[in-house]
Amino acid sequence: MVRRLVVGAHYGLRDWLAQRITAVIIAVYSVIVAGIVLINAPLTFVVWKDLFAQGWMRVATLLFAASLVWHTWVGVRDILMDYIKPDGWRLTLQVVALLVLAGYFGWAVQILFR
Amino acid sequence: MESASAKKIRPKYLNLPAILFEIRLPVPGWVSILHRISGALLFFPFTAWVLYLLDTSLRSEQGFQYVKMQYLDMPVVKLGLLVFIWAYCHHFCAGIRYLFLDLDKGIELRPARITSWLVIGVSLALTAFFGARLW
Repeated sequence: MVRRLVVGAHYGLRDWLAQRITAVIIAVYSVIVAGIVLINAPLTFVVWKDLFAQGWMRVATLLFAASLVWHTWVGVRDILMDYIKPDGWRLTLQVVALLVLAGYFGWAVQILFR
Repeated sequence: MESASAKKIRPKYLNLPAILFEIRLPVPGWVSILHRISGALLFFPFTAWVLYLLDTSLRSEQGFQYVKMQYLDMPVVKLGLLVFIWAYCHHFCAGIRYLFLDLDKGIELRPARITSWLVIGVSLALTAFFGARLW
């Protein structure tokens, strides 16, 4: 009998689960926005601006952006863990990825709440 | 008795020619690596690009008209947009397939292959659909 002592922070499972939950949020938002754009095609500025001026759309987009950041972080981390072996390089690229994601999120907030 | 595998040179290192010409990926493998490549592309540069487009088009009427009439009319931009749409659709379809695989649905060889072809086909069809709407 193998007695395995499981130790660690268990963030692997948490990230795995988070990636899937955020994936569903991203997918639902994508279908809704694609539907709205297709229904209103050809898109005009008034329709486009009014869409993002509505409260529910801002909240939904913010939720989408946050989900995207978390989802992407797990994915990018997986890729870096698979291909980048030297610790220094991996850490550096992880920090770069986090900074890029933080920048994306800040930009998105700025666009939404201008 | 000497088995066939004993004659092979071990360990086998994965160099580029081996990856390109020797190892034949099964279809689910293609869906998998394309899921990863499309995901990486969506992270960079496509998210930055979409944010730029969103920023410009929501900023003002002029910005919206510029994006719609001039910017998206450039052949290079349209080609880039097509790649973005494919990456999004493939990542989306393959992602849904993985969610089902996580629930132990479609893990037998036959359904796994069929759904893989389905992912490739549907994402290309969606790309063609959205591409046709844009042109």
